[in-house]
Amino acid sequence: MADRKTPDSTKNSRDLTREPPRIPSRRGPTLAQREQRLAYFLLGPPSLFVLALILFPALWNFWLAFHKVRLLDLRRFAWWELEATVTNFITVFLHHDLWPALRATLLYSTGGTLLALLMGLGAAMMVHRRFRGSGLVRGAFLIPYIAPIVAVAFAWRFILNPRGVLMAGLLGAGILEQPINLLSQRPWAMISLVAFEGWRYFPFDFLFILARLQAIPEVFYEAAAVDGATPLQKFLYITLPQLKLVLATLFLLRFMWTFNKFDDVFLVTRGTAGTRVLTIKVYDFLIGEFNVGAGAAMAVFLFAVLGFLLWVYFKLVMRRAEQE
Amino acid sequence: MNRERIERATLRGLHGFGLLLFIFLVAFPFYWMVVASLKPLILLAMNPLDLWLTPGELTIRAFQEVWLQFRFGSYFANSAYVSALTVLLTVTLATFGAYTIARLRFRGRMFLSRSILAIYMFPAIVIAVPMYALYTNFGLRNDLHGLILIYLAQTLPVAIYMLHSYFKTLPPTLEEAGLIDGCSRLMVIRRITIPLSLPAIASVALYTFMIAWNEFLFAFLFLDSPSKFTLSRGIMQIADNVNVSQQLLMAAAVIATVPVIALFLIFERYLVRGLTAGAVKA
Repeated sequence: MADRKTPDSTKNSRDLTREPPRIPSRRGPTLAQREQRLAYFLLGPPSLFVLALILFPALWNFWLAFHKVRLLDLRRFAWWELEATVTNFITVFLHHDLWPALRATLLYSTGGTLLALLMGLGAAMMVHRRFRGSGLVRGAFLIPYIAPIVAVAFAWRFILNPRGVLMAGLLGAGILEQPINLLSQRPWAMISLVAFEGWRYFPFDFLFILARLQAIPEVFYEAAAVDGATPLQKFLYITLPQLKLVLATLFLLRFMWTFNKFDDVFLVTRGTAGTRVLTIKVYDFLIGEFNVGAGAAMAVFLFAVLGFLLWVYFKLVMRRAEQE
Repeated sequence: MNRERIERATLRGLHGFGLLLFIFLVAFPFYWMVVASLKPLILLAMNPLDLWLTPGELTIRAFQEVWLQFRFGSYFANSAYVSALTVLLTVTLATFGAYTIARLRFRGRMFLSRSILAIYMFPAIVIAVPMYALYTNFGLRNDLHGLILIYLAQTLPVAIYMLHSYFKTLPPTLEEAGLIDGCSRLMVIRRITIPLSLPAIASVALYTFMIAWNEFLFAFLFLDSPSKFTLSRGIMQIADNVNVSQQLLMAAAVIATVPVIALFLIFERYLVRGLTAGAVKA
């Protein structure tokens, strides 16, 4: 998305301030030089924050991954004199549940992303055409996304509890005979987690799909109506192709974020019953074992897998979606 | 024609049903949260399906207890302080930063505007490991200001991206007129760009507030002493306490949820416009 915007942005600004004449002046810097100076001044502080608090830690993480560091070391002695080693990676790769964790991560992020995308598409289709109260419904649909994660996660935990309202309802209606522990029984824990992801993040997809839906020219549908297209045909042959790029982009973004997500898993299922994803493993190494090095190595592994998946996705999906 | 009529009827039915289902799914957890915070646990445990708010049964004792005994008053103040400062700093820095990227010419501009969103690649948990170590060394770990710095770094890229796509939709001629009339760049920003962009700025402020108010991971990892807890951290604290009932926990959840939803309902129009402005190409 960002890439495609930049070409016209440069053009705009060229139009705005034409190349100023380079006349040497006794009064100091040229207009262009002053502009450049101002730009660095204004962008300096935000760049510094991002550099110091995101890029630097992310890079330092690589260093930590190649050193045997425990939490206490970082406080006490000259940790920078430690020697490089690959022990952490050996610890990580030989760890008994690395592959189950990778599998759980893939299941969780693919399932959660797809469910949220489908729900977002459904919700957007339902409120696309205005009706009485549609503004209110649109606003209400965003609420799961803006509420504090801790609050909604605990509410879900109580609702899904074996003695909670959901089980009472299902048992009462005769759908189930025995209560199921949806949060700590395989495969229900993963299913609950994916359901939670769909519920919490569909508003994000909904927002962007709705914006794109409203930008589809009405004439397309009029032409189709003239040709005798049914509602389903209109959806399949006009709406969906028009939404292709936004759907592909949303899948990419949300997959990336879900893959990296820690809070939701930690709060909803605590990583039990087949939901121990890679980010939870990072946490286990860091806080559970005070092993900063192994935590960092795990994070590098996470990053590498995500990078590989993104690369594949760009090759296979994004390029095709953008070409059309 | 037959097929057309069948599809239309089916769609109408699906539309009504789907709408009700979605509204129920979205609203139910919040409604349940409120019921569980007001109804004594015994009543809810005896009959989990009775979710009516019967006036005689309700009590606000849980709220009083959480607010006074469990110090949620002070957690609320901490959350408010952290969020307010994050919003103030992010909005100020992002407005100037976004203007710079949208309008000024300087070396490295292309690179910056392309890499803003690449920040999303780094998961919070990856940042958390080194930051934990770094903050421990600098004594910033158990400190609300350390938290604010991290929130700033997390919100600035998105805020700059959102504002810069909005600024580019403004006609540059207005600013040129200002420049010709002898305004400096900073005056142009203050007198022309900011007044024209108030809706977008409001939406960035709301977005930043949401992030800072709701943030869980860093608050959970970094804050040790209860006097510094934010609401999210406070809820985790009482959740670990075996003596705390579901009712208390839900009262705390309601306290944490109400302010964001209230602000959202007030500023909703701006948020929706600002979030999607320029992000989705026609």
